[in-house]
Amino acid sequence: MSGTFVGMPAFPEAAREAVHDATLRGNLRHATHTIRAKRAKAVAEVSDWATLREAGKRIKDHTLRRLDRYLEQLEESVTAAGGTVHWAADADEANRIVADLVKATGESEVVKVKSMATQEIGLNEALEAEGIRAYETDLAELIVQLGRDRPSHILVPAIHRNRGEIRDIFRREMGEWGRPAPDRLTDTPAELTEAARLHLREKFLRAKVGISGANFMVAETGTLVVVESEGNGRMCLTLPETLISVVGIEKIVPTWRDLEVFLQTLPRSSTAERMNPYTSMWTGTTDGDGPRAFHLVLLDNGRTDTLADEVGRQALRCIRCSACLNVCPVYERAGGHAYGSVYPGPIGAILSPQLRGTGSEIDASLPYASSLCGACYEVCPVAIDIPEVLVHLRERVVEGGQVTSRGDKVVLKPAKGHAAERAAMRAARWAFSRPAALRTGQRLASRTRRLHPRTLPGPGRAWSGTRDLPQVPAEPFRDWWLRTNGGKDGAK
Amino acid sequence: MRVALFLTCVNDTLYPDTGRAVVKLLTRLGVDVDFPMAQTCCGQAHYNTGYRHEAEPLARHFSDVFGEYDAIVTPSGSCGAMVRELYPRMGERARAEGRGDSLAATLAPVVPRTYELTEFLVDVLEVTDVGAYYPHRVTYHPTCHGLRSLGLGERPLRLLRAVEGLELAELPGAEECCGFGGTFALKNPDVSAAMGADKVRNAASTGAEVLCAADNSCLMHIGGTMARLRTGMRPVHIAEILASTKEDPAV
Repeated sequence: MSGTFVGMPAFPEAAREAVHDATLRGNLRHATHTIRAKRAKAVAEVSDWATLREAGKRIKDHTLRRLDRYLEQLEESVTAAGGTVHWAADADEANRIVADLVKATGESEVVKVKSMATQEIGLNEALEAEGIRAYETDLAELIVQLGRDRPSHILVPAIHRNRGEIRDIFRREMGEWGRPAPDRLTDTPAELTEAARLHLREKFLRAKVGISGANFMVAETGTLVVVESEGNGRMCLTLPETLISVVGIEKIVPTWRDLEVFLQTLPRSSTAERMNPYTSMWTGTTDGDGPRAFHLVLLDNGRTDTLADEVGRQALRCIRCSACLNVCPVYERAGGHAYGSVYPGPIGAILSPQLRGTGSEIDASLPYASSLCGACYEVCPVAIDIPEVLVHLRERVVEGGQVTSRGDKVVLKPAKGHAAERAAMRAARWAFSRPAALRTGQRLASRTRRLHPRTLPGPGRAWSGTRDLPQVPAEPFRDWWLRTNGGKDGAK
Repeated sequence: MRVALFLTCVNDTLYPDTGRAVVKLLTRLGVDVDFPMAQTCCGQAHYNTGYRHEAEPLARHFSDVFGEYDAIVTPSGSCGAMVRELYPRMGERARAEGRGDSLAATLAPVVPRTYELTEFLVDVLEVTDVGAYYPHRVTYHPTCHGLRSLGLGERPLRLLRAVEGLELAELPGAEECCGFGGTFALKNPDVSAAMGADKVRNAASTGAEVLCAADNSCLMHIGGTMARLRTGMRPVHIAEILASTKEDPAV
């Protein structure tokens, strides 16, 4: 399961393996249903949840509309507080900036707080290519890294691993990276956690450079915020001499007051906690306390292009709580890896094809990785209408059209492989625009009903492989209506 | 009040029993229901698969056919949601694309007048006991569009609880999608089938003879899975239960 996301197969193929892996499905089902139920309870405790959700949506929309202004304000605030701001248009640029900053310190290893942005850009791999080792310190990220694996969930990256697998990974790999796992390590949570704690403590105390993301950035003061459960993040943020934070430009909020909304909605939506155990905030540098140097790398990587799309831009409201993953019936069966991105689940299905474009097979298939059941929209704490964006992106895939790519307006051609479907949709529209044609078709189907096969050829096999087909009735409704005068003639 | 039955293309072609049940039920409740022969399809499959521009003429056609009725009743949560939730959005998109208000103006009249069947019964006719008799153990699956787009809430359950002889069994995981999702079932067959199988297993655990829903497309998927898994359960549209009486019971 190691490696990158490049060249991922389309979602249906990637999902097939997970669907037929009974253990994985069992693990995912248990994990998602547990957190789903807890979240519902935590949200139900808050009497003004609907108001908070609406406020979160409005704050984010307001900020996105004036993103240029708030980013400039943030840059000023961070600079005034002793930090340095760097702007990265894409992954390569961000990785180069970070690698150069690390090299300038003379260090060859860094500790990391769990960060979606650095995973999005493949920072660890880029640093490795420069001879710099990056140690993940979030427990789940550590498991993923030691297992040479990929994360499969936004909040619980190792959700696909069970305790036995984690014990095996720790025993096998910890020695390679630093302090080895204790002898006779068992799979009890306490022992596993203690092994990770000892392994990580050594790194925290040694590291001179820390790398983080941020959940929020406050424009008015230049303050960055990380919300976490373990305290490992706080170690990374405070112990090293140099701190480099890589943050997506959409993570900004204008004021401290705006934070109050998200510090209520994020923990309840993500971990079902009333408040997360650790909320760390830092503003530039302070004499005698914390890192001596602070760098903020502001990452675009497709975000302003996404912002240019009036339907799709709402995906940028996302606060990465993962409630949509935990409630999604498709995620529950397909697992996170099938989405071919660090952003799996419903939010990933709308975010990845916008940030990366719909050019690859996996990105063109993601908008279809949903039954449009709407459960994701219902739980989203910032009211992202994920089904609406999915359908919008489907349109982009099958019909092409104008999009913004790297700041330029370009016209996309329809993706390959939809010609037969498009022809069928056109034919159906033609027939449905002509009631007589529909009726002819219905009658033909009814008259030949005894000849209909029990299984279907071509794409229809996907249906008849696991489900019986409905039988075509002897008479469509409209013929009954005519024959019986709307049922008034008493005939059945 | 001029009431039209929007049966939907799927029901018209594959599930005429549902249409006959709606006519029987509404007639019994004193509603003179019309079936405009020019009706075809609301365009949902087109819209949801990404062919919004193919769906537009169908939406206009729908408006032409149903525009003059006071109420349009449909026994399909998802087609009802298409009209109520997505027609306005199609109008907005056309406007945003600089095509003016024509589409929005054409579609506007049918949007508030379109009711899903159970909504029409409870909200417009203001009945919950429709005088039905159905002596079976039934479990109810609230379909996603009925549940989340239309917000049908307790309406179908209130109607079912008032049916004489009917024993209602609570469905575990009721609010989880059955995995049909229109073209989703074809595009992601493995995930869709897994979702369907879980839904059927949950339904079977209730000991009910019948799984009932207010949408035949979901029932087609669930019923097809039930038959394959040999559960012995049957899928039945809620209209057929509500139409059933002691004098004229549903089979």
